[in-house]
Amino acid sequence: MKMKADVAVIGGGVTGLSIAYNLAKQGIEKVVVLEKRYLGAGSSGRCAGGIREQFSTEPMIKLARKSLDMYEKLSDELNFNILFRQGGYLFLAFNEDDMSEIREHVRLQNSLGVGSRIVTPEEAREIFPELNTDGMVGGAFNRRDGIAFPFPVVWGYARAGERLGVEIRKFTEVRDIIVENGSVKGVVAGEERIDCDFVVNAAGGWSKKIYEMAGLKSFNTPVKHEILATEPLKPFLEPMIVNISAGLYFNQSMRGEIIGGIGTHSEPSTDVSSSFEFVKKFAREIVRLVPKIRGVKVLRQWAGLYDMTPDAQPVLGETEIEGFIQANGFSGHGFMLAPVVGELIAKLIATGKVDPLIRPFGFNRFRDGIEPEHTVVG
Amino acid sequence: MVKSKKIVCRCEDITEEDIILAIEEGFTDLESLKRYTGISTGPCQGKSCLMHVIRILGGRLKKSPDEIGITTQRPPVNPVPLYILAGDENES
Repeated sequence: MKMKADVAVIGGGVTGLSIAYNLAKQGIEKVVVLEKRYLGAGSSGRCAGGIREQFSTEPMIKLARKSLDMYEKLSDELNFNILFRQGGYLFLAFNEDDMSEIREHVRLQNSLGVGSRIVTPEEAREIFPELNTDGMVGGAFNRRDGIAFPFPVVWGYARAGERLGVEIRKFTEVRDIIVENGSVKGVVAGEERIDCDFVVNAAGGWSKKIYEMAGLKSFNTPVKHEILATEPLKPFLEPMIVNISAGLYFNQSMRGEIIGGIGTHSEPSTDVSSSFEFVKKFAREIVRLVPKIRGVKVLRQWAGLYDMTPDAQPVLGETEIEGFIQANGFSGHGFMLAPVVGELIAKLIATGKVDPLIRPFGFNRFRDGIEPEHTVVG
Repeated sequence: MVKSKKIVCRCEDITEEDIILAIEEGFTDLESLKRYTGISTGPCQGKSCLMHVIRILGGRLKKSPDEIGITTQRPPVNPVPLYILAGDENES
């Protein structure tokens, strides 16, 4: 079996599906998405759905800002309700070092037009009255940040792509990438060879394996992050809360569940099993911060992967292998960046133009000096 | 016609009709069907509904329950309050 495509996108998560949709929108005719399991099975469907523009480096702030602009209109564009709401992101610091970092970040964000502001513990309580402010130094709040429900974003992109002619193959594992004379010639997916001029590596936590198939050594490392959901409650929590000093974050989904996580692991692994260590640590920190919810029951816990890079920022664009395009290494921020990444990677493939917003995220930067993103949470 | 409704998932109030509609919309693997309809994500975590959903999906796809498989089971087995998981502040 053999087929021909213009672009093969590896990974049926939010990034790959956004790229595929945008390619079709740009007029690329034969786009095929290859997904090892069901759509969103990797990390897209495992994240908390946070979308923010409060970042710590100029390139990330600009990219995230544009993505948030796009999320505001995404339900309409895809004709699919993604359950998006803008309750803000409230970052909290419990020591002076973390607070001075937050101050620096807000200064940079404000200089780039982001409406974040510093808040005192009292002001934080005005935003979310259930907070225990003991030991809190302060924080930052940006009303425009928000959340969406990850699966509808995945399905919305998939359906909108299919309407434009994208072919999506679920339960199809990519086994090899064919490179000849420094150019991509095709992929082997399942039992089939697909000839194509472009291969997009949007494999998230498995991107490292895809680089290896093409013979490139990547700088990406998958790390397990755990998360849980409680029983549903009446709406009482508007913003996403981040205790940056504890690595804790949580929000209330549109279904009413509290969804949240806390950084527990740091060793490289593609294991996504659940641990008791995580749930204990999460419960302790959230009960300390919001004592009122101590009796709320945990329904389930699960885990996903952050595809980490040395500077905690994504890898976007071309490599020395012609036609081998990267959209990975999101370091926990792939869901929130998917709209902008889809549009700009599609533009790169369709026109050859590297947009200024993605230029700072080239694969080759790790061979030079790097400035890391500081606000990785969970 | 409340009488004619067959409730499959009592936690999330999902009928057999809802599940069939989702299958017809293309959510034909159990994990996607779970996420699209919400079955098995309420307080029972699938203990009362999952077998019915497997039967309905298997019937539509002409597959056996073994071929359909089950969803990944997530801890805890039963809902547990946060304060119990948090334990004693002084315990390491």
